[in-house]
Amino acid sequence: MNFTNFGKYLLLLKAVFRRPEKFKIYMKAIFTQMNFIGVGSLGLIAIISTFIGAVMTLQIAFQLVSDFIPKTIIGSVNRDSSILELSPTITAIVLAGKIGSAISSEIGTMRVSEQIDALEIMGINSPGYLILPKIIAGITMVPLLVIMSMFLSIAGGYLGGTLSGAVSPSEYIEGITTDFNPYTIVVALTKAFVFGFIITSVPAYEGFYVKGGALEVAQASTRAVVVSCISILVCDYLVTQLLL
Amino acid sequence: MIEIKDIHKSFGANDVLKGISGTFEAGVTNLIIGGSGSGKSTLLKCMVGLHRPEDGIVNYDGREFTSMNFEEKIEIRKEIGMLFQGSALFDSMTVEDNIMFPLNMFTEQSVSEKLDRANFCLERVNLEGKNKLYPAELSGGMKKRVGIARAIAMNPKYLFVDEPNSGLDPKTSIVIDELIKELTEEYNTTTIVVTHDMNSVMGIGDYIVFLHEGKKFWEGSNKEIAHTDVEELNDFVFASRFMKAAKGKF
Repeated sequence: MNFTNFGKYLLLLKAVFRRPEKFKIYMKAIFTQMNFIGVGSLGLIAIISTFIGAVMTLQIAFQLVSDFIPKTIIGSVNRDSSILELSPTITAIVLAGKIGSAISSEIGTMRVSEQIDALEIMGINSPGYLILPKIIAGITMVPLLVIMSMFLSIAGGYLGGTLSGAVSPSEYIEGITTDFNPYTIVVALTKAFVFGFIITSVPAYEGFYVKGGALEVAQASTRAVVVSCISILVCDYLVTQLLL
Repeated sequence: MIEIKDIHKSFGANDVLKGISGTFEAGVTNLIIGGSGSGKSTLLKCMVGLHRPEDGIVNYDGREFTSMNFEEKIEIRKEIGMLFQGSALFDSMTVEDNIMFPLNMFTEQSVSEKLDRANFCLERVNLEGKNKLYPAELSGGMKKRVGIARAIAMNPKYLFVDEPNSGLDPKTSIVIDELIKELTEEYNTTTIVVTHDMNSVMGIGDYIVFLHEGKKFWEGSNKEIAHTDVEELNDFVFASRFMKAAKGKF
């Protein structure tokens, strides 16, 4: 995203946050988007988180082969890695692909088929009507998905570790309950909030300014996912640097 | 009445509109005609505010639209209905929801009142009982008629129609043209139709503006159009063999 695009993105956001025409209709749209972004992604995030937790435990156990290191460390490393990095970032990147491409294609198709022009002619603030519910749904549902992902990743670690014999159940539970710092949750949820905003607003921007036809909508959709993923990684670094 | 004065619009180095003026009266069907790339759709988009002209004024019954801010424009837009070339119906909504959408957004009517209005509009375009269909389930002509129904839902003072007959068979085109004319006369709307369809020009063109290369070359009625000396207009009107053969009979 070059500076011109970034400027256009900020101007679009300014239009998005204008006062809604009718709150009731916006609320309905927000719940629809919450269902799409949150409930619609539950299965995918659950599967990914559980397996990542399981694999993480096996890899930590593989790398920490020493009589001087207690096995309880496997649980605590898995816990902190899941909470601080894996759950927020992997969830966000997966959602950027699933939700981001859908948002970009939906809004892009509306643009090329003149549906956005139709909204404007009616006197409706089209950025607000189309994008605001998605952003609100994103910044509320992504943190909830990340919380679920944290639990499942740690639970997946328990399953992977105990089923393979890499760590005993008591050692793992001792590991995840020892020296827990609740501040890591604050960092993770801050990341999730920022990522939720990126996942919804960047693809919406890409779709909103599409010109052309089906090919351009598809290109915008690809660009939306790529730009969202890069933005997520950059913001991941910035938030980590600022908060830790 | 809509008045435009000296409208200029360019895209990069391409000057699309080069100082177009005109007055479009209420209760008559005003047509903007011209070949592809003549600037007629751009002019329509400048008039409704989808494009911002570099120079010139658009007046809606004396209210200068071009210099208004976003909030002021909304008030005018509530009085505008528009039928788009591709109908621009919202895919995710049923026919009924499409028509009720502007009512939901801008009125405090009860659900039954809005339903009554939607049914009335559907009846007006001869699509009774199609309330629960989605746009994907409609034919091209039906989509246009739903587009008209949505455009008239708010009782507009100004009706804009972009290429109403594109992609339609001649019989359906006539139905759409007649519907536009009927609605214009019945509700005394200021109707502006952009078209290059000669059947529409001859059938419903009460007042016609001919654009060529971004300039206004001619204005008049459908009765006068066949008897003009403007070469560019004659090339446009009598482009087909059929029209050439019929020329002497107008």
